[in-house]
Amino acid sequence: MAEKKYNYTPKDFKSDQEVRWCPGCGDHAILNAIQKAMAELDIAKEDYAIISGIGCSSRFPYYMETYGFHGIHGRAGAIASGTKTANPKLSVWQITGDGDALAIGGNHFIHEIRRNIDLNIILFNNEIYGLTKGQYSPTTKYGHKTKTSPFGTVETPFKIGQLAIGAMGTFFARTIDGYVKESVEVYKEAEAHRGTSLVEVLENCVIYNDDTHADITAKATRKQRQIWLKNGEPMIFGENDDKGLVLNGFKLKVVTIGENGITKDDILVHDSHEEDPILHLALSNMKYPEMPVAFGVIRETKKMTYDAAVEAQIAEVQATAKIKNMNDLLTSGETWTVNN
Amino acid sequence: MDKKSRIEKEDVVIRFAGDSGDGMQLTGTLFSDTSALFGNDVATFPDYPAEIRAPKGTVGGVSGFQVHISHNKVHTPGDYADVLIAMNPAALKANEIWVKPGGTIIADIDTFIEKNLKKAGYKTLDPFTEDHLESFNVIKAPISSLTQETLKPTGLDNKTILRSKNMFALGIVFNIYSRPLDYAHNFFATKFAKKPQIVEANDMVIKAGFNYAENTHALPSYRVEPAKIENGLYRNINGNKATAWGLIAAAEKANLPLFCGSYPITPATEILQYLSDRKDLGVKTFQAEDEIAGICTAIGASFAGHLAVTTTSGPGLALKTEAAGLAVITELPLVIVNVQRGGPSTGLPTKTEQADLMQALYARNGESPMPVIAASTPGNCFDYAFEAARIAIEHMTPVILLTDGFLANGTSPMLIKNMDTLPVITPKIAKEGKEYLPYKRSDDGLMTREWGVPGTPGLEHRIGGLEKMAVTGNVSYVPSNHQLMTDERQAKVEQVVAKVPDLQIEGNPDGGDLLVVGWGSTYGHLLDTVTEMRDEDVNVSLAHFNYINPLPKNVADVFSKFKKIVVCEINSGQFVNYLKINHQNFEYNQYNKVQGLPFTVAELKEEFTNILEDK
Ligand code: SF4
Repeated sequence: MAEKKYNYTPKDFKSDQEVRWCPGCGDHAILNAIQKAMAELDIAKEDYAIISGIGCSSRFPYYMETYGFHGIHGRAGAIASGTKTANPKLSVWQITGDGDALAIGGNHFIHEIRRNIDLNIILFNNEIYGLTKGQYSPTTKYGHKTKTSPFGTVETPFKIGQLAIGAMGTFFARTIDGYVKESVEVYKEAEAHRGTSLVEVLENCVIYNDDTHADITAKATRKQRQIWLKNGEPMIFGENDDKGLVLNGFKLKVVTIGENGITKDDILVHDSHEEDPILHLALSNMKYPEMPVAFGVIRETKKMTYDAAVEAQIAEVQATAKIKNMNDLLTSGETWTVNN
Repeated sequence: MDKKSRIEKEDVVIRFAGDSGDGMQLTGTLFSDTSALFGNDVATFPDYPAEIRAPKGTVGGVSGFQVHISHNKVHTPGDYADVLIAMNPAALKANEIWVKPGGTIIADIDTFIEKNLKKAGYKTLDPFTEDHLESFNVIKAPISSLTQETLKPTGLDNKTILRSKNMFALGIVFNIYSRPLDYAHNFFATKFAKKPQIVEANDMVIKAGFNYAENTHALPSYRVEPAKIENGLYRNINGNKATAWGLIAAAEKANLPLFCGSYPITPATEILQYLSDRKDLGVKTFQAEDEIAGICTAIGASFAGHLAVTTTSGPGLALKTEAAGLAVITELPLVIVNVQRGGPSTGLPTKTEQADLMQALYARNGESPMPVIAASTPGNCFDYAFEAARIAIEHMTPVILLTDGFLANGTSPMLIKNMDTLPVITPKIAKEGKEYLPYKRSDDGLMTREWGVPGTPGLEHRIGGLEKMAVTGNVSYVPSNHQLMTDERQAKVEQVVAKVPDLQIEGNPDGGDLLVVGWGSTYGHLLDTVTEMRDEDVNVSLAHFNYINPLPKNVADVFSKFKKIVVCEINSGQFVNYLKINHQNFEYNQYNKVQGLPFTVAELKEEFTNILEDK
């Protein structure tokens, strides 16, 4: 392996600001995991720009010893798009939540993904508005009781992966706040991907929506209920790695290896690079209890990024351009001289 | 070719009017460009419907283009036309009130058939008698049929042939004012380089129109000599292009890359288009998903160290207000261009108005001061766009530049400045190797913070929408700090005045009976009015504002020299109210109009006379 240029430790990424999230909030673990990932990535500290909107998650930039911008509600995606387009050399991370990205910022969210701007969106999904103290969000489960849905919501929640794939997404991954080791790998892969990398982090809001993901994230049952996908490896999970996914018509189905003549060779092998989004969509939509929930990098496909395309177009035009500066432009085309 | 004897004219106004599909904008532009190249001073104003294809043949679908050419300096596209070209009955109906008494009306009589006359709202088959147009010099020209006849030998289809009837009209006007035909020829030769047949057809039709006029004795024949204007190199430019170019010029002078995040909106869209055309100069344009993303991408680019711009019109500015406040509190340079149009809401998208002044000054939550400046001619949109960028960069603040539909679409010749003569703009970029405190203010009296650009080692810092501690920039809820930061933001904007030029008096510098006050695009009409009245020995002067916030230092000084003041605006009185707040010890008369139209010199004259006579 090539020698690393920078020898950072996670501490190098901690700012001197006191972390103000509630004790026990999932955000603390996400912060640790991202600081760890950045220490392992070989990017100069000054080249990170961390940009957020509004919400509990969006306090994130203040806690990072990098360039940071705490924006306004919903607009992190647009601000980050501008920063990255202006300077593609920066590693731009958008920190956002389910309300910030999917409600008020929904328009920017789908368009930054569609454009494939080379930035990492880390979406803290706690299925609730935390900062405003407990109203339902676009990912809150149907029927869930919150302060603004005292009788249960009557809204269907978004499936984040489906939304991203529908918006022509090139990268979608899912992880869990407290799973630091796994998360570090996911964040590093998100950074390595050229294009908009969307990471949905199942995050626990201890105050307003405690244990909303517990069915999936609880350590005791994690092996049956989670499937961690790895490119090129069979889609196997279960307590004894005895369960797997196969296709039954157009649908995914859970099978047990060793039963009904199923062998390991019958199990689907994960191909995150497949352009056709059908299987990625099915994987990201799997939900408990019918199916295990998919984690890790579900989709990672190659496409020209917006920021690179902008630079390339400018370079191409400039290579043969007659107009090199403002004086050239001002005197180009129809002009006339007055000489009285 | 010059057989008729020609009458010398100082000054003429021509109005081309037809269906919005008749190509009137092109016809008018070719005439004005030809005249500019000929050496006249020119000003133009297009007047077109909001609908791309409004119902054919109706008054609502009429598209007009007015050109004012002169042997002298011109400041406006003119109030009333000497010559009106009406390509159909609707064009006549919509424009007959805009012709000078005794002026010439050239109507394409082939289109004056029952169906079209009805659509235009005429009740009889003789609109000229019906609307009492006897006092005009009406020329019933068979433009359509003569165009068909001219092009019959070419074998072109009838639809294509009729599409060039506007060139027949152009040929007529070229003859009336003895213009050379080569500019129009070159235009088509470049545009249709691969279709020589079309170039030839256009040449034939223009010439046919020219010859028709030559042989029609009822048509007048004039000569308008080249204008006596300042020596130098000129080009014709509209306000939107001048704005775009002024921004690029500022970026070059500041040695910063230019980024524009915008969403298309009438009448500002062209600025985004002109900028997106300038990849050769490295301009990055981002056509955003909405107005909010337009300004937010620009703020993101400004954070990244670019000269960032967002361009819009009134409704778009409304959408941008929250983000504009973010630019205020983060103290990042940003130029917000508002090409005003008629409001409220969607209002009159293609018509002009100055009614966003209060919005520009105040429409943000919290105490959110921002410099506001306004351009006053199509050509000086270049200078004020440059100036808006200079203020933004040197004072680390968002700036609003106000233009409007009248300036954006109107054209005037611009004296081309060499870039060496423009001032250098110095960005306040923080250097590597020194301790960086994001909200430490400069000691040059301007109170700016330094711009810490991502990518620079050692300057890592966080900014954002929450109130920040003075100097350190850490989040702070301390009451006294909020007071301090609020005061500092206000004081910083006030420091902009240091380089704001004094308000000039055009007319009598020692004062007099009446001071006419205006701002922005009304300049030409106000100046013409004041000049005409002064020629008639009326003691009236003009003070025109380009700097709104902060106001020039000498306002009170100027105002106190005059017995009366009248503030004229294309709104219901926004600037006059602003002056009442800032300069309370004067009495103000006001003249306002909100019809989606510029002032006319005639109405202003009447108003000023009334004020002087205490009517
Ligand atoms: S309210 Fe919920 S999401 Fe917000 S900091 Fe507290 S625990 Fe975390």
